[in-house]
Amino acid sequence: MNSPILLQPDETFILNVGPQHPATHGVLRVKMEMHGEYIVNAETVIGYIHRMHEKMGELKTYPQFLMNLSRMDYLGALGYSHGHVLLVEKASGIVVPERAEYIRAIMVELNRIASHLFWFGAFVMDLGGFSPLMYALQDREHILDMLEAVTGSRLTYCYFRFGGLYNDVDDDFIAAARRFIPRMRKSMKKYHRLVTGNIIFRKRLEGIAPLSKEMCRKYGASSAVARGSGINFDVRKNEPYSVYPEFDFDVPVYHECDSLARYMVRMDEIEQSLRIVEQGLDKLPGGPIMPDKKPKLIKPPAGDYYQAVETARGSFGIRLVSDGGKNPYRLKLRSPTYSNMHLFDEACRGMMIMDALAFMGSLDLVIPEIDR
Amino acid sequence: MRLTLLNVIIAVVLAIAFAAVNAAYLVWAERRGAARIQRRPGPNINGPFGLLQPPLDGIKLMAKQLTIPGGADRIMFIIAPVLAMFPAIMSFVTIPFSDSIVAKNMNVGVLMIFAFASMGSMSLLIAGWSSRNKYSMMSSVRAVSQAVAYEIPMLITAITVVMIAGSADLTEIVHQQSKSILHWNIFPLLGNSHNILMPFSFLIFFMCTLAETNRAPFDLGEAESELVAGFHTEYGSMGFGLFFMGEYANIVIGSCMTTILFLGGWGCPFGLFPGVWWFILKLYLLIATFIWIRWTFPRTTIYGLLNLCWKILIPLSLFNLLFTAGLLKVF
Repeated sequence: MNSPILLQPDETFILNVGPQHPATHGVLRVKMEMHGEYIVNAETVIGYIHRMHEKMGELKTYPQFLMNLSRMDYLGALGYSHGHVLLVEKASGIVVPERAEYIRAIMVELNRIASHLFWFGAFVMDLGGFSPLMYALQDREHILDMLEAVTGSRLTYCYFRFGGLYNDVDDDFIAAARRFIPRMRKSMKKYHRLVTGNIIFRKRLEGIAPLSKEMCRKYGASSAVARGSGINFDVRKNEPYSVYPEFDFDVPVYHECDSLARYMVRMDEIEQSLRIVEQGLDKLPGGPIMPDKKPKLIKPPAGDYYQAVETARGSFGIRLVSDGGKNPYRLKLRSPTYSNMHLFDEACRGMMIMDALAFMGSLDLVIPEIDR
Repeated sequence: MRLTLLNVIIAVVLAIAFAAVNAAYLVWAERRGAARIQRRPGPNINGPFGLLQPPLDGIKLMAKQLTIPGGADRIMFIIAPVLAMFPAIMSFVTIPFSDSIVAKNMNVGVLMIFAFASMGSMSLLIAGWSSRNKYSMMSSVRAVSQAVAYEIPMLITAITVVMIAGSADLTEIVHQQSKSILHWNIFPLLGNSHNILMPFSFLIFFMCTLAETNRAPFDLGEAESELVAGFHTEYGSMGFGLFFMGEYANIVIGSCMTTILFLGGWGCPFGLFPGVWWFILKLYLLIATFIWIRWTFPRTTIYGLLNLCWKILIPLSLFNLLFTAGLLKVF
């Protein structure tokens, strides 16, 4: 027979959320110390999908490591590859043709929209609304189709090469992208009517999980987490790279610091990315997509190099220490979600579990990117 | 005497069959409706329009092993799903579908249905408690506090209707509203009370039905993004199937009650051709609303839900009760 569980009024219990739990979107485990429905303490436990990408970076040659980057964050893969190719090009002095840079920017922004759309759907699903996910996935499907036609894959791209691209865009792609922009703008209006204006949705997010500026800085948060707390930081603006200075776009910043602010930042970012794609298509220069002269074997001279890029999930930094060999001596990946996630432990104390999981959704976690 | 007993048995069997078929095919309707809302086909492979899906699902569920987690209270664990289905089916016995189609008419029909409805939360409590799963436990605590809270405005609103009709007999309540749409309790412009607040009462009753049946946006008991599957996390096989069917049977009961108390039962809006078809039409329109709401709204929070009940719905329904009492005294 069972012995009855007798809980004292001030007694807490441990709730293991994950590694398999619908709200963690992957194999994240959160050890929550609960007092009824309130969280007394939470501890995120990571490492369930660790694949040693950094070690692989040391063991593989530079071109061999190209495909690893898109396995980190499977939703916004191109941004990560972009950082890597920019870094290696900077280190080994490869000049990229302008057309290739423009196409890279267009592709990265389309991928960012796709990533934000998926986040939007999954976030609303965390709050219990299932239909927006389906709408968002249908819009995302258009982007994936476009990217598939050019890059050859739908999720884990290996499209960027050192010095340029694997494949040039064709007229079909440009026509499809031009068709996509107004369609996406129309969809955004629909999402705002269906979700943003919904009273239940607003009540669940407004004022929930306030993150102060100081806290964001302390944990090194970036992306919508920082921008929703009033920190105007976007690598594309603050440390410009590639052809981003050529584009006219805004960085949405909200000062409310709550979950709704983070939501609004990402929704506005979709519009800004659409603007970049639009301008990129207008300005797209002709010419080659690979440089004329490119070293046969990529061997950056000995030194210490760093490149940061703004991916869909925040500021992604990649540091390369080269000893002049054909493998990196050390390759350090600074993944943005890792920093964003560690906010959760401190911020969710005293919250109810359903608010805490809504807050976790607003952080936009992709677990393979944390564990690398 | 014997004949009456036989009649009752036949009627009860028919009621059970109605409940079971409805529960099975509402799952199909829900999936098709959800698919329609989300621009996808939904189940359409098995049979025409996927109509064979529910029996096949049933066969699949029955073929599965019923696993009882170690440390669970075995007896309670098995009783809980039965208890989820049983009161819902028993409620069908008193529901009058038309003048003649009723298994057993009682003069306290309203009371009996609410008595059975409150047994439903018992099964959630037992299921959550006996599973020995922290998620189930939290879910059943939520479900019970929700059910207890929402029964109050629901009962008060029902009492308002009973006061207007002057009877707790469901058939009698429908007869009072049978003349035209203006006699229905939702807009009682004619009839014996001229209560302009009744549309609010209808809304309160409908919301309470949503909450009582654990439907979105009040499905906190099985909030899948927080509590995995809530109280039925540990249930597989037909245990899960019974909970599922119980939920849909409860939806049918809730919609039947709304139809009888507010929408004139089997009466036609224009007083023509009253009959069971009007009842069925109103019933399924309400159920379609249930499905529509579920696939449109996100979930509320548990404190938002309880605040809504204790701070808004209960005072409003109490006020309406007093207001109606006053009106009945005046007219």
